[in-house]
Amino acid sequence: MIRVIIPAHLRTLAHVEGEVKLEILGPVTQRSVLDALEARYPVLRGTIRDQVTRERRPFLRFFACEEDLSHESPDSPLPEAIATGQEPFLIIGAIAGG
Amino acid sequence: MSEVRVLVGTRKGAFILTADGNRQQWNISGPHFTGWEIYHLKGSPADPDRIYASQSSSWSGQVIQRSGDGGKTWETPGGGITTTPQGFPMGESNKFVYDASPETGKPLTTHQFYDGTQRPWEFKRVWHLEPSLSDPNTVYAGVEDAALFRSTDDAHSEHELAGLRGHGTGPKWQPGAGGMCLHTILLDRSNPGRIYVAISAAGAFRSDDAGKSWRPINRGLKSQYIPDPTAEVGHCVHRIAMHPSRPNVLFMQKHWDVMRSDDSGDSWTEVSGNLPTDFGFVIDVHAHEPETIYVIPIKSDSEHFPLEGKLRVYRSRTGGNEWEALTNGLPQRDCYVNVLRDAMAVDSLDKCGIYFGTTGGQVYASADAGDSWAPIVRDLPPVLSVEVQTLP
Repeated sequence: MIRVIIPAHLRTLAHVEGEVKLEILGPVTQRSVLDALEARYPVLRGTIRDQVTRERRPFLRFFACEEDLSHESPDSPLPEAIATGQEPFLIIGAIAGG
Repeated sequence: MSEVRVLVGTRKGAFILTADGNRQQWNISGPHFTGWEIYHLKGSPADPDRIYASQSSSWSGQVIQRSGDGGKTWETPGGGITTTPQGFPMGESNKFVYDASPETGKPLTTHQFYDGTQRPWEFKRVWHLEPSLSDPNTVYAGVEDAALFRSTDDAHSEHELAGLRGHGTGPKWQPGAGGMCLHTILLDRSNPGRIYVAISAAGAFRSDDAGKSWRPINRGLKSQYIPDPTAEVGHCVHRIAMHPSRPNVLFMQKHWDVMRSDDSGDSWTEVSGNLPTDFGFVIDVHAHEPETIYVIPIKSDSEHFPLEGKLRVYRSRTGGNEWEALTNGLPQRDCYVNVLRDAMAVDSLDKCGIYFGTTGGQVYASADAGDSWAPIVRDLPPVLSVEVQTLP
């Protein structure tokens, strides 16, 4: 079971409270996690990745195990602790603006 | 007794203000979509309880919301948990993809940037939603970078009317200071094929075949800030207004200048007249008097606040040129707010109501066509848009 934490305003949009738990079949990567997240909550499509390019939106970042994985390949395996559910995959909004 | 519903989009959510026909006691609902920018929300003339809202943020992009009960509850069309038999998500909501097909899009991929270079078109947000006059399932969306989209399935899927970008002048369009946005969409009740749009900073455009083909309608506009002040495109039009009973007469608040056209935009003449400054963003027309128009003069393009710190609506009963200041109930000292282009609207009660919202978070209302004003609410986030529904 993969644990994902999304920003508060996206939790509101998706009517989610707390962590999202996802089943992933196959390799656990940024892409497979986000695909599963969007499949579960279609309203999130376009809010984390661009609808067309599928690239990470510029003001969001991906963290796991105290590391910034935002610039890693979306197909690189995520850390084992994420794959086992020991640690959550964090989607965080950049701190900016008023 | 009739009811009035005022739809307010702000930097941090939407608010719905309701009152009976006296327009004295207001109920305030919201914020809806807390924390998100609500550039615009508007109800369907064909089904007033159907309201569409543009919800966006720099962090998380564009979401379209829809209500079927007058704004009490909302849903994201296509955003629910619906899947194909194979388990893939269905629905295309929130997906605004420029048409690059050879048949209709003629891949038009660049426009002019601030520095004169060509830049790819890149979707940023929906500025304005215009529901069809007759079909509650059809809604037009004006977007940044400038293009016009239409949904005919209740905002589940959006398709570009690519003839606008593709008619020929698209590569010459450039962003205004607020971005290259299509912010005005006017539909003609007497001629279903006719659509007007306005783009900053490209100008005004008209279609006479329901959005298939377009042409610029900017003759008579003069803009000193562009190399050719009378160019076919490049003008920073801030807003266009039309009275439904006289759809061939248009009123325009341009970056500078208030303009008028009596021939569906084929030609324009300046009607700024005795305005203290003819810079501004909003313009609107009285619901029952097609020659009575309203603007809110703003000091200048670099000083986006009222002249002398006095918030004044100006009314012309002569279709322009002769203007009177309306100040009763509006702050006449130390007022340095702005009123953005989509933030003025009128109701259609017998005594026409006028409404506008400010970047200081006030929404002002006049129940007597502008003679006197009072704030409905004073402390909202900066107001981006105001629309009004007159309900039976």
